[in-house]
Amino acid sequence: MSLPFVRLMVDRVVGALVVLCVMVAAVPVLVLFLFVIIKGLPGILTPGFFTQPPHPQGVPGGGVLNAIIGTLEIVGIASLLAVPVGALIGIFLSEYGRNQVGDTVRFISDVLTGLPSIAFGIFGYTVVVLTTHHFSALSASIALAVLMLPVILRATETALLLVPNALREAGLALGAPRWRVTLEIVVPAALGGIVTGALLAIARAAGETAPLLFTAFGNDIVQTNPMQPMGALALTVFRNALLPYPNLQEQAWAAALLLVILVAATNILARVYVRRLQR
Amino acid sequence: MSRGAAERVVPTPLVASSHQRRLVSGDRIFGVFAYAAALLILVIAAVFIVALVIPALPAITKFGLGFFVSRTWDAVRNEFGALVPIYGTLVTSAIALLIAFPIGLGAALFLAEDARLRWLRGPLSFLIELLAGIPSVVVGLWAFFILTPLMRDKVDPFLQHSFGFLPLFKGTPTGYGFLTAGLVLAIMVLPIMIALSRDVIRAVPRDLREASLALGATNAETIWSVVLPYARIGITGAVLLSLGRALGETIAVTMVIGNTMQISASLFASGYTLPSVIANEFTEATGNVYLGSLFYLGVVLVLVTIVVNVLARLLIWRFSGAVRAAA
Repeated sequence: MSLPFVRLMVDRVVGALVVLCVMVAAVPVLVLFLFVIIKGLPGILTPGFFTQPPHPQGVPGGGVLNAIIGTLEIVGIASLLAVPVGALIGIFLSEYGRNQVGDTVRFISDVLTGLPSIAFGIFGYTVVVLTTHHFSALSASIALAVLMLPVILRATETALLLVPNALREAGLALGAPRWRVTLEIVVPAALGGIVTGALLAIARAAGETAPLLFTAFGNDIVQTNPMQPMGALALTVFRNALLPYPNLQEQAWAAALLLVILVAATNILARVYVRRLQR
Repeated sequence: MSRGAAERVVPTPLVASSHQRRLVSGDRIFGVFAYAAALLILVIAAVFIVALVIPALPAITKFGLGFFVSRTWDAVRNEFGALVPIYGTLVTSAIALLIAFPIGLGAALFLAEDARLRWLRGPLSFLIELLAGIPSVVVGLWAFFILTPLMRDKVDPFLQHSFGFLPLFKGTPTGYGFLTAGLVLAIMVLPIMIALSRDVIRAVPRDLREASLALGATNAETIWSVVLPYARIGITGAVLLSLGRALGETIAVTMVIGNTMQISASLFASGYTLPSVIANEFTEATGNVYLGSLFYLGVVLVLVTIVVNVLARLLIWRFSGAVRAAA
């Protein structure tokens, strides 16, 4: 059967447009990666990039040691706060949450997921910075922990719901109480999903800038005390980019590359872990 | 059987009663912990609202609803209004959706429907997922150094040359402003738009497509008159979730919008958005009213994104509900 010419042509054109759309969507990603790698490599290969704090503006050299330590510490504390609580809420949702309370928690968690990241910065500012009267890494960690919470709890719930009910029933039939069945049978069976959720949340938190602007604030000195202002890679990228010094701009690109590597590595780790568990 | 006989066959407990009591109390403790954690998120949400609204009160009481129609942003006279950043947020988000909606939908149709170039699907999906994971400050850095010169030297002059008679493309292109910010936002919301619409389109029952093709419709006709109408609600949800993301995006926009308190019909002009005002001025704001106005902007931003997100989720739930009912 031969279609009328016009209908056939329309079909072809639509087919071509659809391919064009997917190409247009993919191009920015490739261009972005290319630039971050090309522009970031020279800075990352500069001696001292990993081992020195930044030099004063206009003085060549220097590194981002302050920011590397800051990002690790801020995100580390945030994870310590968010992962156990998020996992526990996820356990609640899957094992006890078929009711009004569970639905409310799910709704609030969805709302939190959709909030702009700068809102979490405002939260950290009011709750910690205003009460302690100075900027601190801890306030940033708390802001990021709240940002991570919904991701972790939803991943945990999904993972736990995938555990077959027969496993729970087997445990209960052997006389184990419900809490031991949950902690020693259900949670280990779902560990892959929980860890993946936690890693994805960590990757997201590590890349955030807006929540750090008025919580961690930034610090050019290497600082490890969580009660003090602290630098972070994302802050280095943001602030150095806007400064008129070529060496600091190069540092911004290098910090961006490092950040992308960090985020990508965490994502890949999550995937690899899931694959290994599935075997 | 008589009732008396039934009462006599009470089984002896398998475990000692003291042990049993311990089991019950262990369950109770664990249940309390789980409930406490669940309540914690309710507490966090409540604190979130309080932390946003209380510091905003000086500005809310001083400006009231007039805040939304005032174009003033004057730290010296302590007069503040939200109209300029609201305008900037709406314009940049609108540009973002105008670009991301057709491209995202087309890409989603390719990834979900198209039988050609199947080998490309995996790598393309991976690339687009990667884009979703790139920190927004990195996108901002790229836009600041690479995209703005390109816009200033190539894209903006071209638009001005072709459509310069429109007020939208008047003025001197600097590379910073609404158009560039909108374009950056489009790049940032594309992954959400594509992933969600792809899932929605995939959920359209196969029978419908096959019926349409069997009746002699072409692929394009099937998409236009069967797939898209069925997926309409879900796609609307995807657009709204993209909008929610675009409204709240902070850092990348701050780096390219030009950060100027002005309303201009020209898309080449610098402007301001709600999140970028907060990001830029928060640490330098002095006085309760100035800082309160920034919090007030935050309250507006959070309320709007909540409404948009809840609406989007309702639509997507309704769509998946309809699919499940049809299956």
